[in-house]
Amino acid sequence: MKRKWWIVGLLIALAVTLISPLASAWPDGLERVAEDKGFIEDAQDAPYEVIPDYVFPGIGNEAVATILAGIVGTLVVFGLAYGLGALLRRREAT
Amino acid sequence: MHIPDGFVNIPVAAATYVASGGSLAYAVRRTNEELGDKQVPLMGVMGAFIFAAQMLNFPVAGGTSGHLIGGALATILLGPWAGMLIMTSVLVVQALIFQDGGLVALGANVFNMGVVACLVGHYAFTWLKRLLGERNWGAVISGFVAAWASVVAAAIVCALELAISGTSALAVALPAMTLVHILIGIGEGLITVAVLVFLAATRRDLLQLRPVEGGER
Repeated sequence: MKRKWWIVGLLIALAVTLISPLASAWPDGLERVAEDKGFIEDAQDAPYEVIPDYVFPGIGNEAVATILAGIVGTLVVFGLAYGLGALLRRREAT
Repeated sequence: MHIPDGFVNIPVAAATYVASGGSLAYAVRRTNEELGDKQVPLMGVMGAFIFAAQMLNFPVAGGTSGHLIGGALATILLGPWAGMLIMTSVLVVQALIFQDGGLVALGANVFNMGVVACLVGHYAFTWLKRLLGERNWGAVISGFVAAWASVVAAAIVCALELAISGTSALAVALPAMTLVHILIGIGEGLITVAVLVFLAATRRDLLQLRPVEGGER
């Protein structure tokens, strides 16, 4: 298992998504300021939607939909960042 | 702190796209020169963890929440250049797939939470650690302060962008954004330190990889 330590790391990240339905639904710092200072209305909707608000579309149970959205995002980011690293890693002269 | 479209005007969006693009081009070059084989999977794991952790909004004062940004954490483990690339991966996926952060505002979000957060985290961490020496508690304090400072700095730059865009007066946005992120930054510091302590206890070798960092060249 020692060689595949990163699988454990990825599993930890995926485990974190399991508690994402417990996250606070309160507005974040920027949203709060935008509401309080009256410019929240300036925000425009996205031109298209894939998984808006971290809720996977078409699933009745919101907690499940949130976890699923989290799993999808976590895997996509893992692949993207890993791929970037693999592409850019230092290569020893051969 | 993800800026939606509509909060920054076109000149600010364009300028931050250019600034982020330039920073990322340099980050790609540095990473290409210095990233070791063992750090490749760590980039993936850090990106995955930061994405997942960003979903966990924690309540701060008065009906407001915050979540980890992760720029300082990625920087402490992998250096600011690989850190920027990790943060950009997270922010691009959030904007393209999750509609969190606007497409026009993506350059600003990468600049604030990628470039600014990683560089401030990097300098705060390295200076403080030098000051406090190679003690364990020195690394903990440095990590906490670097994480906190990275959030506050990103919030200040965000407020400047809102003000230049004419969305909110600087005298209004700057104190409001700074104040709330002084609180959110405490959460950032606690999570960052928790991860560092966890790694120190389980995989100390990952903490001791040579980061892709600025300086000695």
